[in-house]
Amino acid sequence: MVKTTPFHPRLATLNRTGLWSHWSGHLSAQKYDMSSKHEYFAVRNGVGVFDTSPLFKYWIRGRDAERFLAGVLTRDIRKCRPGHAQYSVWCDDGGYVLEDGVFFRHSDTEYFLTAARPNLGYLSDLAVGYDVAIEDVTDEYGVLAVQGPRSRAALAALAPEVESLAYFDHAAAKIGSAAVRISRTGYTGDLGFEVFVPADDAVDVFDAIMDAGRGHGIRPFGEEALLMTRIEAGLLLIDVEFGSSRLAYTDQERFTPKELGLGWMLRGIDTDDRAFIGRDAIRRELAEKTSRWAMTGLVVDWRDYDRLHAEAGLITPKDPIPLPWESMLYDVDSGDQIGYATTLMYSPVLQRHIGLARLQPQYARSGTDVHVEITIDHAYQRALARTARQPLFNPERKTA
Amino acid sequence: MTQSTEYDAIVVGGGHNGLVNGAYLAKAGLRTLILERRHLVGGAAITEELYPGFHFTTFSYALSLLRPDIVQDLDLVKHGFLPIEMPSSFAPMENGDYLLLGSDEDENVQEIRRHSKHDADAYERYEHDMSRVVQVVRPLLEKAPPDLWGKTPEDAAELADLVSHLKGVEPKVLHDLVRLLTGSVADFLDDYFESDILKGYLASSGIIGTKVGPMSQGSGLVLLYHSMGEHDGSYGTWGFHKGGNGGFTQVVARAAQAYGAEIRLESPVEAVLTNEGRATGVALADGTELSAPIVVSALDPRRTFLELVDRRELPGELVENITRFRYQGTSAKVNFALDGLPVYPALRDRIDQYGGFVNIGPTMEYLERAYDDAKYGWYSSRPYIDGAIQSVIDPDMAPPGKHVMSCFIQYAPYHLKDGDWDTERDKFADTVQSTLESFFPGFGDLVLHREIVTPLDIERTVGLSEGNIFAGEFFAPQMYFFRPAPGWSQYRTPIDGYYQCGSGTHPGGCVIGAPGKIASQRILRDLKARDATAPTARTNLEGSG
Repeated sequence: MVKTTPFHPRLATLNRTGLWSHWSGHLSAQKYDMSSKHEYFAVRNGVGVFDTSPLFKYWIRGRDAERFLAGVLTRDIRKCRPGHAQYSVWCDDGGYVLEDGVFFRHSDTEYFLTAARPNLGYLSDLAVGYDVAIEDVTDEYGVLAVQGPRSRAALAALAPEVESLAYFDHAAAKIGSAAVRISRTGYTGDLGFEVFVPADDAVDVFDAIMDAGRGHGIRPFGEEALLMTRIEAGLLLIDVEFGSSRLAYTDQERFTPKELGLGWMLRGIDTDDRAFIGRDAIRRELAEKTSRWAMTGLVVDWRDYDRLHAEAGLITPKDPIPLPWESMLYDVDSGDQIGYATTLMYSPVLQRHIGLARLQPQYARSGTDVHVEITIDHAYQRALARTARQPLFNPERKTA
Repeated sequence: MTQSTEYDAIVVGGGHNGLVNGAYLAKAGLRTLILERRHLVGGAAITEELYPGFHFTTFSYALSLLRPDIVQDLDLVKHGFLPIEMPSSFAPMENGDYLLLGSDEDENVQEIRRHSKHDADAYERYEHDMSRVVQVVRPLLEKAPPDLWGKTPEDAAELADLVSHLKGVEPKVLHDLVRLLTGSVADFLDDYFESDILKGYLASSGIIGTKVGPMSQGSGLVLLYHSMGEHDGSYGTWGFHKGGNGGFTQVVARAAQAYGAEIRLESPVEAVLTNEGRATGVALADGTELSAPIVVSALDPRRTFLELVDRRELPGELVENITRFRYQGTSAKVNFALDGLPVYPALRDRIDQYGGFVNIGPTMEYLERAYDDAKYGWYSSRPYIDGAIQSVIDPDMAPPGKHVMSCFIQYAPYHLKDGDWDTERDKFADTVQSTLESFFPGFGDLVLHREIVTPLDIERTVGLSEGNIFAGEFFAPQMYFFRPAPGWSQYRTPIDGYYQCGSGTHPGGCVIGAPGKIASQRILRDLKARDATAPTARTNLEGSG
């Protein structure tokens, strides 16, 4: 039987579509109204709320918590101070990414982890010999992402603490009688927060947030709108841009952090003394420049895209709902296949068709022309596109 | 005192077309000056904080026709371009029922079935047929009409292009096109639909800004024009620009400046200066003279031809045509600052109906009767109202929990038979408000402030003659080859170096921006031709976008 999240009693009423997907075994709204585009606009213009409760949640506590995590995670968690959070991946010995997650450091000895996949067994096995206890608290908290330019104003009416939260900071707060933790994080690439609330208080906190947001155009948004925002934000999605190396059959299905565009996570690892799983392989990859792929933003040439459709007698489709398949990319001169777009969409705020692209590294320099395969009238066509630096949408307010 | 400054081009008027034109010229490397009479750019596309915290779209209030190529050419996204698609269209009925259409076609079909099971598939057919017609017409919005009377090979080629374009069109689509261009909305819609509310809602797009009723021949053209826009690839869809249409024109102004154009505010132009049939610059009202070999008027045809230049410099036939070019504005606005959202009794607990247009025009008969008043020289006793509460989806427009409601009103004829607008303005606004009250009980209690914009106000404030929002009526004899006059539809004027780029030129108004763009292409082509014959000329063209 599929589970529901702590916010479900309210979301079930708000969801007018009857459309739910199953996310980690929980009901998760695809959209609340018939057009997810308007939910997307709430995130970009006002404020939207997204129920991200199905994420797996863990407490990682103990005197050795930092030392333990520093030896597992690819990114140097020691630089994450209490009250701050860090997005990181962890890899296998081959330097391939197992998974990703966000680590919220609460104190010197306490971390809270949210991740897309269950990890208790893996982490616990590694923790043998460390003074560290890992606890799965997935069902004990609801997590509500409150995202958009008005998110701060809406939340500040309930929890003034948010006013001073810097990007990736988090703090304890009270909403009504509920003790919550609010972080300046999210998956939309916009100004935004996530509110962690004990499951029993979730409905009350949800009501309070919806009330506080009423004058700010608040509305719930579902998975479709979230996927639009994450592409604009250049954020990776497990099972789209990568899968866990542990579950792969071939190395073709595996990716290194560098290949996923996470090279920034690796700063300093070639010189510092931190040993972590996969370090040697990653160092070798960096030194020998053996990365097979690079990730980049992709912007389709609007004129060429228009032309191809006009020549076929069609109205140019501009659908913001991301395509769920891989669109091949080609060298504009040789016609060789050089990679693929992991996802494509029409971006309403950028007024272009955009995507995330996985390309052979020599094509990844921003501004490189490539051809992207699209389907017009049941036939493959190649449209001009250009690589572009991520994130494609990056408003100042996100970090300001 | 007179001071002289040298520019490559001076654009008179900082409305959206003047800004678009100036941006393209500056992008091509011309030293461009845009002169605006008022203290802000935007012309009739402005947003003003007329009541603390409430941002009014005083005149123009929505976007659809704006050419997507302009957004791309001028890199407007970089400068803040952000259109927000309207999630719904709401049409209240006099019996308390309503038609509420949204973005989901299947849901719309069910909503229409509530009113007429017959009309459900008719609506799909109608939308598709309109799209087919729009597909034919849209390419014509991208370029100047061919000069039917021109004698150059270029003229012949352009005409041949048009003929071949039309030759490829299926008979049904071409026939629909002609029915729309010449016929009435009522006839056209009656062929598809039986539901009064659906017809009233659709027919409303056939009267906006124009002195026709839905039963008038010619209203079909107005419907077609309003259907030629798109929002993100969806034809006929409308959106708000973030911060109102003034937000949009600010974006274009920033783009123009980024390309190097200079914008001068509070600089009304008195006259275009000429010497032996050539434009040499402009004279401002304060006596300043500014020189440039190119002067572009973004004003309407009356002011472009009859006020900025000496009409004796123009051919008599052109003066005659411009003199009889019809304006006869019939639209007004009443904008409200509201203490909260209006309550529609049948949807008491909902607000999603207010995301887009609120269309008070429940039947074609309602619209036609509203027109009848105007036909005989008075404003409608029960007017058509196109309401829009942008603050519902753009919270920056009003303080939290409060709202701004833009109300476009028809009919409000510029020429009142037995009265004048300065006397009638409050009574007129009361008529509008009581009409709203009849659909939204308690509406009056919500009103914190109201702004009344009569056709006379439009003329006085923006300068659009007789308050016509399109800078000249959308009548067939005033469109395409004939906009604004036969022989002068290619943005040139009889004065060498003097061009027109306002909505009084092809394709027309409605914040489409195409006149500004196409005029810039004409200017740049002419300059290239001139440079080719006079190699010493110093224009440095990088080519137009």
